[in-house]
Amino acid sequence: MQKYSGFGLLKHSMSHHENWQRVWRNPAPKKHYDVVIVGGGGHGLATAYYMAKEHGLTNIAVVEKGYLGGGNTARNTTIVRSNYLWDEAAHLYEHSLKLWEGLAQDLNYNLMFSQRGVLNLGHSLQDMRDIERRVNANRLNGIDSQVLNNAQVQAKVPILDCSKNARYPVMGASWQARGGTARHDAVAWGFARAADALGVDLLQQTEVTGIRRKDGAVCGVETNRGFISADKVACVASGNSSTLAKMVGIDLPLESHPLQAMVSEPIKPILDTVVMSNHVHGYLSQSDKGDLVIGAGIDSYLGYGQRGSFDVVEHTIAAIIEMFPIFSRVRLNRAWGGVVDTCPDACPIISKTHIKGLYFNCGWGTGGFKATPGSGQVFAHTVAKDEPHPLAKAFNIDRFTSGKLIDEHGAAGVAH
Amino acid sequence: MLHIHCPYCEEYREEEEFSVVGEAHIIRPLAPEELTDQEWASYLFFRKNPRGLHHEMWAHSHGCRKFFNMTRHTVTYQILETYKMGQQPSITTEDTK
Repeated sequence: MQKYSGFGLLKHSMSHHENWQRVWRNPAPKKHYDVVIVGGGGHGLATAYYMAKEHGLTNIAVVEKGYLGGGNTARNTTIVRSNYLWDEAAHLYEHSLKLWEGLAQDLNYNLMFSQRGVLNLGHSLQDMRDIERRVNANRLNGIDSQVLNNAQVQAKVPILDCSKNARYPVMGASWQARGGTARHDAVAWGFARAADALGVDLLQQTEVTGIRRKDGAVCGVETNRGFISADKVACVASGNSSTLAKMVGIDLPLESHPLQAMVSEPIKPILDTVVMSNHVHGYLSQSDKGDLVIGAGIDSYLGYGQRGSFDVVEHTIAAIIEMFPIFSRVRLNRAWGGVVDTCPDACPIISKTHIKGLYFNCGWGTGGFKATPGSGQVFAHTVAKDEPHPLAKAFNIDRFTSGKLIDEHGAAGVAH
Repeated sequence: MLHIHCPYCEEYREEEEFSVVGEAHIIRPLAPEELTDQEWASYLFFRKNPRGLHHEMWAHSHGCRKFFNMTRHTVTYQILETYKMGQQPSITTEDTK
C-alpha cells in the first residue's frame, strides 16, 4: 500500500497527481474464502480490516451488492459520541470512540475526525433529569460527560435560541467534549484501502441471493456472480439483514425503517459543535465544506425504499428553525434517506446463530456510524474465534428470549 | 406523502393524520402463562419485516381515531388496500401469510 503523507502529496504534485496508486484492487471472486462478509459498508469493511489485522485471516472477501460505503455509511449525519446510559452499551460505544481517536493514523487515511463536542439539549424538567442520570452513569463508566445549564449552553452556541421565549426553552444540556464528527465516506474508503492492502478481496456489485448450508453448517453464498464457497459467513447488512436471515429461516427482531437526512447550501463557519435535541427532534452540525448537516427522525412505517415522507423533513426543519432562527433563510441543497434496522431495545445484535459458521451484526438502527470501528473489531473477534468478544456478549440475539434487554431508547432516541 | 384511504371515513386523507401501529393480525396469546420464552419473545419482539407486501395496522389518529389495516409494498410504498379491523386482506403473497 502506498503510504499517504505530506511529502507524498508534494512528490505527486510534480507529476500533476497522475501517478497515484489505485486505492484498492477490483479482484474476481475466488472459489473459496475462509470468511465471506456480506455488506460492504463501514461496519463490514471494519470487520474485514480487523479480522485481517488482528486475527491473521487474510483469505476474506467482502461482498457488496452496490458499491462500497453506498448505504447507510454515506447517508448518516456523521456524529460520533459514546454517552450511552447502560454499562454494556456505554462500554461498546466508548471502546469505539477510543478507536476513533487513533484511527486516522492506524489506517493512514484522513478521516477528518473532529472532536468538536456534542450537545444533547434538554427542554423540560424530565429531559434534565434524564440528562443528569445519563451524565452520572457516563462518568461512573469513565466517559467524559458534563451537565451544562442554560447560560453555559448559550456561551457554547451563541446562535442557539436559549431565550425564555422559545417554544421549547432550552433548560440545559449534556456535553461530551470528546464527541464530534468524522467524514463518513472517508471511513469506508480508509477501511477498504487498509483491508485491501492486507489481502482482503472487495467484491462490489456482488449480490448475495442465497446462503448455502451443508449438514447444518454454512458452506458458502450464492451470488449473482456465481457460488462462492466459505467456511464462515458474517452478515453486516443493516436494513437488509432480515432479508438475509430469511434465506436461512432465521427470524430477527428487526424492523427496517427509512431514516432521512439533509444538507443545506454551504455557508461560512458559524457552528463549531454538534447540537442535538431529542425533544424537538432534530440535530445538526456544520461540515468542513460549510453545509449544515441535518438529521431527521425515522418514518414510522416499514420501508426499504431509501426515501421517506416529506412531512418528516418538514417537521425536522421546523425544529431546527425553532432552535436556530438565524437559519430560517438558508436553503436546503439535498435530502435523502437510508434504511435502518431498528431493534426493540435500540441496541445492536452482534451474535452467533444456531447455524454453525453464520454470524450477524445488525440492529444498529439509527446510530451505527459512531460505532463503526468498535463494531468491526468486536465482530471480527466474534467471527474469527467463534465466541463472542467480551464487549459483544451482552448483545447476543438470545437476549430477546431471556428478557435481558439493554434499553437505550433514551440515549439513542432520535440521535445519532 | 402517502395518501391513505380510511375505511371508516371512506375518504382519502394525508399521511400526517395517521399513525402507524405496526404489523397487523398479531393475536395476543389467550394464555400467556402457558407460552415458552421463545413463543412469548416471538409475540413481543419478532416481526416479519418483509421486503415486499406487508399487512400493517394504522390509526386515523387525527381523524376518526379508529384503527384499521393496510396492505402496502415496503419498497415502492404503494398502498394496495385498506380494510377494517376484523377483516382479512384480499391481497396476499406467500411472504405475508
